[in-house]
Amino acid sequence: MKEIILLKDGEIALKGLNRYSFEDTMIKNVKRRLSSLGRFRFYKAQSTIYIEPMEDGLDMDEAVERLKKVFGIAAISRACIAQKDWEDICRLAPEYLAQQLEQAKTFKVNAKRSDKRFPLKSPEICAELGAILLEQFPHLKVDVKNPEITVTVEIRDYAAYIHADQIPGPGGMPVGSSGNAALLLSGGIDSPVAGYMMAKRGLELCAVHFVSPPYTSDRAKLKVIELAHILTDYCGRIRLHVVNLTRIQETIKERCPEDLFTVVMRRFMMKIAERIAQQENCQALVTGESLAQVASQTVQAIACTDAATVMPVLRPVIGMDKEEIIKIARSIGTFETSIQPYEDCCTVFTPKHPKTKPTLSMLIEAEAAIQDYQQLVDTAVSTVEVITVTHEGAKGYLE
Amino acid sequence: MEQEYYFDNGATTRTDPQVAAVITDMLVNCYGNPSSLHRKGLEAQLRMDTARRQLAALMGCEAKNLTFTSGATEANNLAIFGAVYARRHGGKKIITTAFEHSSVLAPIQQLEREGYQVVRISPDRQGNISAQSVIDAVDEDTVLVSCMMVNNELGSILPIEQIARGTRRKNPNTFLHCDAVQALGKLPFKASRLGIDAMAVSGHKIHGPKGIGALYLREGARILPRTFGGEQEKRLRPGTENAAYIVGFGEASRLMQQNGKRYMQQITQCNQRLRQLLDGKESIVFHAPENALPTILNFSVLGIRSEIMLHFLEQKGICVSSGSACAKGAKSHVLSALGLTGQEIDSALRVGFSHENTLEQVEILANAILEGQKVIKR
Repeated sequence: MKEIILLKDGEIALKGLNRYSFEDTMIKNVKRRLSSLGRFRFYKAQSTIYIEPMEDGLDMDEAVERLKKVFGIAAISRACIAQKDWEDICRLAPEYLAQQLEQAKTFKVNAKRSDKRFPLKSPEICAELGAILLEQFPHLKVDVKNPEITVTVEIRDYAAYIHADQIPGPGGMPVGSSGNAALLLSGGIDSPVAGYMMAKRGLELCAVHFVSPPYTSDRAKLKVIELAHILTDYCGRIRLHVVNLTRIQETIKERCPEDLFTVVMRRFMMKIAERIAQQENCQALVTGESLAQVASQTVQAIACTDAATVMPVLRPVIGMDKEEIIKIARSIGTFETSIQPYEDCCTVFTPKHPKTKPTLSMLIEAEAAIQDYQQLVDTAVSTVEVITVTHEGAKGYLE
Repeated sequence: MEQEYYFDNGATTRTDPQVAAVITDMLVNCYGNPSSLHRKGLEAQLRMDTARRQLAALMGCEAKNLTFTSGATEANNLAIFGAVYARRHGGKKIITTAFEHSSVLAPIQQLEREGYQVVRISPDRQGNISAQSVIDAVDEDTVLVSCMMVNNELGSILPIEQIARGTRRKNPNTFLHCDAVQALGKLPFKASRLGIDAMAVSGHKIHGPKGIGALYLREGARILPRTFGGEQEKRLRPGTENAAYIVGFGEASRLMQQNGKRYMQQITQCNQRLRQLLDGKESIVFHAPENALPTILNFSVLGIRSEIMLHFLEQKGICVSSGSACAKGAKSHVLSALGLTGQEIDSALRVGFSHENTLEQVEILANAILEGQKVIKR
């Protein structure tokens, strides 16, 4: 009995002329994600992508788990391949689905006959296969409205496929189909979620993380590498740029009004991230800001941060409550890592009473005290450490 | 030096020299306390994290679901008492098999003394336990089911996945524990897909060091700790981590993951060869079931007490076991559970293969046994 995985694309199918390039991007991502499991053959036909194992003993469970995280896939079916021969179908269906049928109480059969040369029509397939399954699994009852399990037989061009219910895919657009962006990744709960959400809309991500030793520790950096590693399940490889912000933070602390510290710092971060984004051919920045969550995330503060860069700043969680963000963080598996208690550079030197309604003129005046502003940015950019994080880990950190 | 023929790999295995090198490096160079904030501590933690991932890859689960312990005995105790005590208001019935390892039998015996009702499922004459026989015993009052994956004296493989599935269907609240010490690296499985709550494994059965083991706990499966102290291992197993041995266990797991298939081929060949050489010989009776894991071959040389044969073989540099080493020569409860005769039990030998055994060694072993049969006075 040979198994195969069928992928249905969702939103991509609605696109016009770009559809095929989107599909190709998705297949490329799928191939990359499955390559370490063994050899598969990939082909598409009738708006379905076929993934056929080319060696014995491939871990199909793991393959499905990985595909659940590849954006662009609307649904996954794990099917058994049968010949387009009625006897073969009737023999394989009960055998392949035995375990699931044993556990279910109700079922129905669903037939899709896209190859109209097949002698039985869809209703006939349903009725006859239904009868065979009832005979072999006498505890089952037919329920066409709300069955626990739907046995689907698809008669397609190359073969017939038998499967139980489809597994929902993650939806969205294939990563890489919408361009590139730099994610400001802090180590908190929100920014990994923001990265996940934009990757879902097809952006390929690199990440920028700020450290300030000795105020922050190597463990805090490691935590961010771990977060990036979790995101690679969804986003593919991430180049993580670790920027040393110590000198800049100390300078701001020394020369600027205390209540503007955070916004001045965030403007520095934006400028540095923008420079890295340009080097990495990105078209946008992504942050995990959520309106009014903290003092630097008021609409006035955001206006000041925005003014520091000419790049569009995408803020996918801007309108979400913390609880909503946490829900996503839990579902993508970043939450537990995010809440590890290491000081990050956003909490170093935080003012007791930050200004919640700063204006751009206030900031320009404050920043005028930093005569070597440009030089500080240049140094930060030129001393960046780049860590390539892949599914396999990160050299020197996660091995 | 006298030639050594080590055939007691069910009791323990030789530590792989590569593993030993890694352990020495940890002890001498990477000696920081993994909880220390400085670099030396972080280094040790990173190496430990890697080890956790290596073991997780071999077990088919996620690294975060593993707790390192001092061995499988501790892991079994932690799972069994931890699960039952966390469910004080759960049921009062515990189901296990009659041929578990003593580190499962004894904790359950203790719980029996504390008032729990214990059902011990016996294997059939061949040494197999059917999923149905376990599932049939499960009821509303069942708080724990504990079954080994591979029996340590016979090599019998238990249908853990079916047991788990059937148990869940009858009572979703029952905690499912599996002692997988003899299966790790030798029988392909994925801990996270078996439907179990906990699984114990040990380092020294896969050419790692003794004194290190681990407990897998399904995400969300709650147990109570048995010891209290620092925050190590998510407080389930406090105390400064045995970083060197953890890293050694990781390295052994990596080697097993990399070479496991090849190792098993060698082991299977050795097992078949020994069966071939002894099959049909007078007074030799095999006890292992047909589908047993080939790492273990159990048989009796009728008429010759196990211990005498053991020491006879020892004179020739050959090491085998007269049963489970943990029982230190006491009458095997495993073989008793099969319903073997007293004579069969008294003369049983357990050969435990590893990939380091060769076919030549197997021939030497077989010849020595046959010689012993002639020479030893009855």
